[in-house]
Amino acid sequence: MSKIDRREFLKRSGALLAAGSLPLTLVDVAFGKASTDDFTFAYISDSHLTHLKGKQFVRNWDRGLIRAVAEANLMDPRPDFFFYGGDIAQLGKPEEIDHGLEILGALRGNVHYVMGEHDYYLDLGEHWRKRLGPDHYSFDHKGVHFVVLNSIKTFDDWTYNKWPSAAERMHQMARLDNPQGSPFMVGDKQRAWLKDDLDKVSKDTPLVVMSHSPLQKIYKGWNFWTDDAEQIQALLKPFRKVNVLYGHVHQIQTNQIGNISFNAAMATSWPWPYPATYKQQASYMPKLTVNMNRADPFFERDATGWQFINMHTGRVDVNYRLPGNQNRVVAWDDKAGHPDDTQFQDAADRIPPQTHY
Amino acid sequence: MIKNLSLAIALTGATMSLHAAPLGLPPVPIPADNPQTPEKIALGNKLFHEKRISADGKVSCSTCHEESMGFTDHKRVSEGFNKQHGTRNAPTVINSAYMQTLFLDGREPDLEGQSTQPPVNPVEGGLPDHEAELKIIRADPDYVKAFKAVFGVDREHITMKEVSKAIASFERTVVAGDSPFDRYYYGGEKDAMNAAQVRGLKVFLEQGRCVSCHRIEQTQALFMDNRFHNIGIGFKRIRGKEAETAAAFLKSKHGGADVDHTVLTNENMSEVGRFAVTENLTQVGAFKTSTLRNVELTQPYMHDGSLKTLKDVVDFYNNGGRLKDTDPVSPFLSGGIRPLDLSDEQKQDLVAFLKALTSPSMAKLASKKGGNTP
Repeated sequence: MSKIDRREFLKRSGALLAAGSLPLTLVDVAFGKASTDDFTFAYISDSHLTHLKGKQFVRNWDRGLIRAVAEANLMDPRPDFFFYGGDIAQLGKPEEIDHGLEILGALRGNVHYVMGEHDYYLDLGEHWRKRLGPDHYSFDHKGVHFVVLNSIKTFDDWTYNKWPSAAERMHQMARLDNPQGSPFMVGDKQRAWLKDDLDKVSKDTPLVVMSHSPLQKIYKGWNFWTDDAEQIQALLKPFRKVNVLYGHVHQIQTNQIGNISFNAAMATSWPWPYPATYKQQASYMPKLTVNMNRADPFFERDATGWQFINMHTGRVDVNYRLPGNQNRVVAWDDKAGHPDDTQFQDAADRIPPQTHY
Repeated sequence: MIKNLSLAIALTGATMSLHAAPLGLPPVPIPADNPQTPEKIALGNKLFHEKRISADGKVSCSTCHEESMGFTDHKRVSEGFNKQHGTRNAPTVINSAYMQTLFLDGREPDLEGQSTQPPVNPVEGGLPDHEAELKIIRADPDYVKAFKAVFGVDREHITMKEVSKAIASFERTVVAGDSPFDRYYYGGEKDAMNAAQVRGLKVFLEQGRCVSCHRIEQTQALFMDNRFHNIGIGFKRIRGKEAETAAAFLKSKHGGADVDHTVLTNENMSEVGRFAVTENLTQVGAFKTSTLRNVELTQPYMHDGSLKTLKDVVDFYNNGGRLKDTDPVSPFLSGGIRPLDLSDEQKQDLVAFLKALTSPSMAKLASKKGGNTP
């Protein structure tokens, strides 16, 4: 039995942990212009609420979202606003979206929403837009320009002509490793909108781009993929500080491509394994990613969670809150020029994974 | 006091030597800087029962950790000096030697640290500070002699370090295994448990999901996991006020308030649980998993003592962390807690199994001192 020594105990339970768990901005480097303030927002994603019948929903997924909302509401000081990263629903049903919005209605603050494919492919986002408004938009907050994209569209032929029913289309898009699947994309029209939107923004203004799928190519078989990622990255390239935050992958991922930092959100529902563990096909897992350890299936919330983002000097620090597990912080490292896991980035500091037989 | 001294020796002799552990338990971890000696254990035993270390001279460690009651007090929440009440049910001392954190929120790392707090808590011992506690000890020539013999310190050099080491040494002798379960599971005695208890073990391991936190290992079983979980207890008290309560707690803590005092004197703030120590948003309402060994002797149950019987506890878990299956579920509920759909027979078997975890040494103490075995 390993006993924690007293110093280590106090370290773990006292000030250091507190600093890691509270939305305080610890790094306060003077920024060129006095145009950005440091601030915090919370980010919840991928709840996959699943309707059974009548008023019944799958308990496990409900509990995940309810818990994330309750924990996010404890933040003190409160976040400036909340983001929901997509996939409120599992099969795009209005019941599922309404049920999710009822739970999310308990959040004490303003919520911005991102469209996920599970919200979209039944009615092509009609009910979602009816409840929440446009699926791509931008706004400014304390000197940072936020852009929200609907990144989960695909080829028109697949969407409009291939399937006998809307429900069948939804089911097909909900599958992994689906030979009949189709890659996600932002598409020409939205990219033109994005170009127009960004043309009005100074290149010194920090950007935060929110999408459901990663605006980078990781693994096509699971749609950890956006087909026109390079074209979007080209539009973001002229800006000094760009942060892309995405859901969909249900796992911690970290990457840096040129000036663009990428961070993924944890899901409140379930974790996916890393595509790198799926050997049959190539994947492009970002090298910066520090993998999550395998989940304990007894604790339904293990390897799920939510996050809050500290924005400082236009950069993003992602504070992952992981129930029943050790919280993690992936923060911008100014010297390295990319985000790093503040505790586990060095291979020697990682918790060894279990051996699988 | 002589009777108590003989208890320590009896416990030491009967249920553990310094190296061999009772059936079903691993060796007792002994800190390198606090080795066990018979003299130190005897001194710790005397201090454990010392009523003078309290504001009214009536409260000792054993007031709330009474050996005839499975080292608890059979009260919903503990009663300190002047009949004041705390907020939490007294956890047993039995097998606390194996705990990686002490107190129900784990706010102390070891037994040494644990024993320093109650005497100076305003609703427990009620002494103003540790100096007052040391003054009482230093004034007693027997203690002075014993501290000199055990630690080699003179009267004026007796500090809380020596006091807490002695008490911890005694507590490390309060170890009990060798229950019918141990004899059945580890000792190969197939008739050590009755048929209902054997069926109950199956429920414990399978549909009841108990074993995931109350662990049974291949060679030993502590029936705890040294982790913290929100299982829904106490949720009603702060329902809808969680954020305010957590914020008020942090404000008070960061303003210099003592966590030990706050959580034992403020019923709402007590319910923030492990969050009080770590300030981790995912640990609101999480409390340490209690061991189930000798649980038959330690009623009432749960961190707030709100459940009277083992049947109540089993019903509570069967309803997915609720008294009734129509009650609301805590939003902070652990992902391990969910409705179990146990039949009445399965629930009865589970309770029967829990009674197979009673150690003969502890049952004997309970029957000797006035029959607290339910």
